[in-house]
Amino acid sequence: MKYKIAIIVVLTLLIGLLFTYKKGIFDFKDEGYAKLKLPETVNYNFHIKPILSDNCYTCHGPDANKRKAGLRLDLETTAFEELPESPGNFPIVPKNLRESKVYQHIISEDNDQLMPPPDSKLALNPYEKKLIKKWIEQGAQFEKHWAFLTPEKAEIPKGAASDPKFKDWGENEIDGFILSKLEENGIHPSEKASEETLIRRISLDLTGLPPTPEQVQVLLDDDSEANISKIIDGFLASPAYGERMTQSWLDVARYADSHGYQDDSYRTMWPWRDWVIHAFNENLPYDTFLTWQLAGDLLPDANKEQILATGFNRNHPITQEGGVIQEEYRTNYVLDRTNTLGKGILGITLECARCHDHKYDAITQKNYFEMFSFFDQVDEKGLQMDAVQAKNKKFFADPPFMTISEKETEGVLSFVNLEKGKDIKVMVMNDSAPRTTRILNRGEYDQPTDSVHPSTPPAIFAFSETLPKNRLGLAQWLTDTENPLTARVYVNRLWAMLFGRGIVETSEDFGVQGSLPSHPELLDWLAVDFMEHGWDTKYLLKKIMLSATYQQQSQMRPELEKADPENRLLARAPRFRMSGEMIRDYILTTSGLLNTEIGGPSVKPYQPAGLWEETNAGADRGILTQYVADSGEDLYRRSLYTFWKRTLPPPNMTIFDAPTRDFSEVRRQKTNTPLQALVLQNDVQILEAARVMAQDMLEAAPDSPNLVKNVFQRILIRNPKEKELLTLNTYYHDALELYKKDGADAEKLVAVGEYRQRDTDPAKTAALMLTAQIIYNLDETITKE
Amino acid sequence: MEKDKKEDENTKKDENPLKVNRRHFFSQLSVGIGSLALGSLLIPDLFKGTGAAETAVQPLGIPHFAPKAKRIIYLFQAGAPSQFETFDYKPTLRKRMGEDLPASIRNGQRLTGMTANQDKFPLMPPAVDFKQHGKSGTYISDYFPHIAKIADDITVVRSMHTEAINHDPAITFFQTGSQISGRPSMGSWMSYGLGSENKNLPSFVVLTSRGKGNSQGLYSKLWSSGFLDSKHQGVLLRSGKDPVLYLNDPDGLSRSDKRHLLDEVSALNKMHHVETGDDEIESRIAQYEMAYRMQMSVPDVMDISKEPESIIKLYGEDCQVPGTYAANALQARRLAENGVRFIQLYHQGWDQHGNLPDEMAGQAKDVDQASAALVMDLKQRGMLDDTLVVWGGEFGRSNYCQGKFDPKNYGRDHHPRAFSIWMAGGGIKPGLNYGQTDEFGYNVVENPVHINDFHATLMYALDLDHEQLTYKYQGRRFRLTDVAGTVVKDLLA
Repeated sequence: MKYKIAIIVVLTLLIGLLFTYKKGIFDFKDEGYAKLKLPETVNYNFHIKPILSDNCYTCHGPDANKRKAGLRLDLETTAFEELPESPGNFPIVPKNLRESKVYQHIISEDNDQLMPPPDSKLALNPYEKKLIKKWIEQGAQFEKHWAFLTPEKAEIPKGAASDPKFKDWGENEIDGFILSKLEENGIHPSEKASEETLIRRISLDLTGLPPTPEQVQVLLDDDSEANISKIIDGFLASPAYGERMTQSWLDVARYADSHGYQDDSYRTMWPWRDWVIHAFNENLPYDTFLTWQLAGDLLPDANKEQILATGFNRNHPITQEGGVIQEEYRTNYVLDRTNTLGKGILGITLECARCHDHKYDAITQKNYFEMFSFFDQVDEKGLQMDAVQAKNKKFFADPPFMTISEKETEGVLSFVNLEKGKDIKVMVMNDSAPRTTRILNRGEYDQPTDSVHPSTPPAIFAFSETLPKNRLGLAQWLTDTENPLTARVYVNRLWAMLFGRGIVETSEDFGVQGSLPSHPELLDWLAVDFMEHGWDTKYLLKKIMLSATYQQQSQMRPELEKADPENRLLARAPRFRMSGEMIRDYILTTSGLLNTEIGGPSVKPYQPAGLWEETNAGADRGILTQYVADSGEDLYRRSLYTFWKRTLPPPNMTIFDAPTRDFSEVRRQKTNTPLQALVLQNDVQILEAARVMAQDMLEAAPDSPNLVKNVFQRILIRNPKEKELLTLNTYYHDALELYKKDGADAEKLVAVGEYRQRDTDPAKTAALMLTAQIIYNLDETITKE
Repeated sequence: MEKDKKEDENTKKDENPLKVNRRHFFSQLSVGIGSLALGSLLIPDLFKGTGAAETAVQPLGIPHFAPKAKRIIYLFQAGAPSQFETFDYKPTLRKRMGEDLPASIRNGQRLTGMTANQDKFPLMPPAVDFKQHGKSGTYISDYFPHIAKIADDITVVRSMHTEAINHDPAITFFQTGSQISGRPSMGSWMSYGLGSENKNLPSFVVLTSRGKGNSQGLYSKLWSSGFLDSKHQGVLLRSGKDPVLYLNDPDGLSRSDKRHLLDEVSALNKMHHVETGDDEIESRIAQYEMAYRMQMSVPDVMDISKEPESIIKLYGEDCQVPGTYAANALQARRLAENGVRFIQLYHQGWDQHGNLPDEMAGQAKDVDQASAALVMDLKQRGMLDDTLVVWGGEFGRSNYCQGKFDPKNYGRDHHPRAFSIWMAGGGIKPGLNYGQTDEFGYNVVENPVHINDFHATLMYALDLDHEQLTYKYQGRRFRLTDVAGTVVKDLLA
């Protein structure tokens, strides 16, 4: 029993510690509390607020309705004020622990007095208590939440690495920030990655595709910064760049080719997706990119391109379930737009304030509905047409929509890959149904209360009187260089795209409960620099890629395992699995199957048979009840063009953590599961690619001794090591012997996929195909190193 | 333990810092836990709600240790079967057939767009007779002669209620605890909370079937793990030759050749592991092995050829037809035996807006025998004590007629305020009739059970405290029961 209690105590302590660690309050190793050093100066934003927010704000935070004892701890004024329900007592008295009731309650040994109360299951650990103690002793300084302060460029830390080997390390400003943190922690950076690794990394990051052999050669010939800069420019100029950037924006914009909900019928939003590709390729400045999507229709003399961009706010699911209550669903759509703005663009969990004042961030329910109001003026219905009606009208769109015909594609909409002679309706925004927005009690559509006007949360950044009170004003507010969030959030997301993790890990939440930045000064410097350079996405990407930080090798070093196991400090480059889309595109490219056509209606590549049929609502409901795969070239388009049915998205993407697109998502998980192994081994798309590559090689040189080496080279963009080659060659020859004996099996195996067969020896083809299949299944192949 | 540890180590490194830290610390203790919040599982006493002590006080004759469920088989009747033709017997509706639903009873209930414009709401009688069954005297309609036979094994709850009146939000609510998409499914929460009981199969499995009645679609979000790690995602087990997506090796590749191929993949991955020092590669190797084992174990589980004749008879001949409800019910038992934590069946076709008498009879026939068989089969194997079976839909149906009044052929609209489900086994008191509705079957008048309460109770039966099993996402600690839910102690054995 005593033993059990001891275990419980130890575990409880550990759990407490883990929570603290999660918030990055201190770098905790294995020592335990005794050895934990308190910081010289306790910082409110980085040390104290995370504790208060996580443990106290639920009852003593921004939500007025849930506030207890009249105590509000998230504001300096109220934290120092006499307690309304306990005259003569003060929550916090700077430099006076005895008079600070907050402190007395958190150290109380009386369970009735202890805060947080034991029944909340929350508890402060001794270290947290000490931090609060020291903070009060040092004067209990409050600060505005870091992410709500307008970013400023800090001075770039100067100083060389103490390790002489890295004396001259650093290519640009980014490295100064990274190096100073590394030095603080007594570790040094890693050496530059090999040319093969680097070119593959740059190519994957900028185009989502592996580099061509020629591109590899260019870097092998000259790995100077000047040449790397040229190489980056080349990738940035390729149309694949726009496709790659669009891929991530589609998650933010919850893009799909179906309406979602119950019946999940067809919609034609793909011209909007084509616009996004176009916009990235044209390097439309991010502020303009946002403005057009949020308010293109409200611009003076808006052209069709700007109106098409507003499709962004119509990408949300729309119901086709007969019998819904119109207002309930119309409200849902407006909520969705508001939440997408919050999560996708502002990096704030606005949706928490839909039903009540935000528990952690200074956003009231009123603030929420003021934001909601911007999107509440659309002339739309909750239910336009039910699924059965829709079935009879193959191409339709819920108003408001714009029609795109061939004529437009000859002009300003030239980037829309329209089939000849077919007009297309795309849903867009308008403000033709002015409404008085009301706060909805508990967020329920049928409980309207006080009316509000369009505005933004003052805690983030005040909405200027001079701005129009509509979406255009909202866009101007967002893209104001004083807005503390827009640039930071975007810069952070691009950083996460390249490094696998943002400087703020919770890319979707820069609020009080989000994670703190690992390199706050760097984030701010990048955000300001980005705005100073006209919100230029290509500039920003190139800047990061030219840093020595980005160009390091990714090998784990023994000393880092202890000092920085999660690589937050970036003493090496990250190494992480690619997205499902990138993996599929990688395989299509290296096998030579990739069809590089840009844009147009989404396509249906291979998918296990019967999936849509098994779960649909009956063949007469909607038009997406059966999956009929395309054939020919459409099987080999980039994954970005794969048809996205919300209720059953492509399984070979969702298995690799693609979201459903039911709502905006900015960060994908990177899991490692057995189902992923099954996709890589048995998806027809991949088996076919291996077969086609084998036939290619064998057709060109059936008796070459380098068959296996060449396959390896083509897939992994590097030469195999001796041992690797030996292993694979042995396998190839073993398999060849087997398939020579069993010709029928070889024929069956190579029959996979509909791509045209070549007249190559079946046994050799089978053996080489499986060799390629082994390489396609290697961790290295599906990992960006 | 060994298994847990392994799974733990397989957790992806950079997806969630919390997990890495956990791994970091707990791996040395040789204990794996599903997550931080799951300290509660290792040490249930620590986090157990105060309810534990209360339920310990039991009437005489009941053991101190309540039998607890280890797994759930959820027989979801998608589309919402009518309570008036299943388990809530309302003779008043027959007496007052055709009369308008009194406004005092409707009491402002919002209606769906399908009946909102009707000027009259004529009461409709049950389309079928009811009888009392078993010692419990449970009313069960004549559509369900087999379930009638297990009346004393099941507990009928007639006082379920929800807020949703349309299928998508209602079914999403039942499966995830929220009407809005994006939360983890119940099965994912259980997998997260309890971990897996086997090395070769997923811990959360989904099977679907469809009757001839009016159907509503299903969506993969219903078995999505939401913001939880996707290893807790429900895996759809399909009838036919590819039961798990991408499970089958290509034609022309023998099993031994496949093993050979995998060994090469592992060997090369190991070389690269040495070079990069990235433990994620080790984890990938382990996932490949798990996939390989699944390729053997899934077809094994699906293969019912060795089931004796008596079992086939028990579930009905249909259980030999892949993709039927009966086949899935039998499959559910086999999966339960193999340590799958949460087995979710969906049977579509219960949306009787019209043609109710005819369609209900057909739907009931699809599920009656096999549902009862499953309970009996589990019981005879001694598995009913630790397997909780649930049967029910996403809401109820209206006591009034939708559309034209025709006593022979009518339909019922959606109704959120009262409906019936039943439960059996693991941790649930058998033979109970719980909750009551008014004589019109419209409102709950005794012991209401909200979906949140239902979830809390289910979790309790699995020894999980619904207030303590949380996951922190976007700065907030989420629960299956959100901010509500009370364990319905009366239902617990």
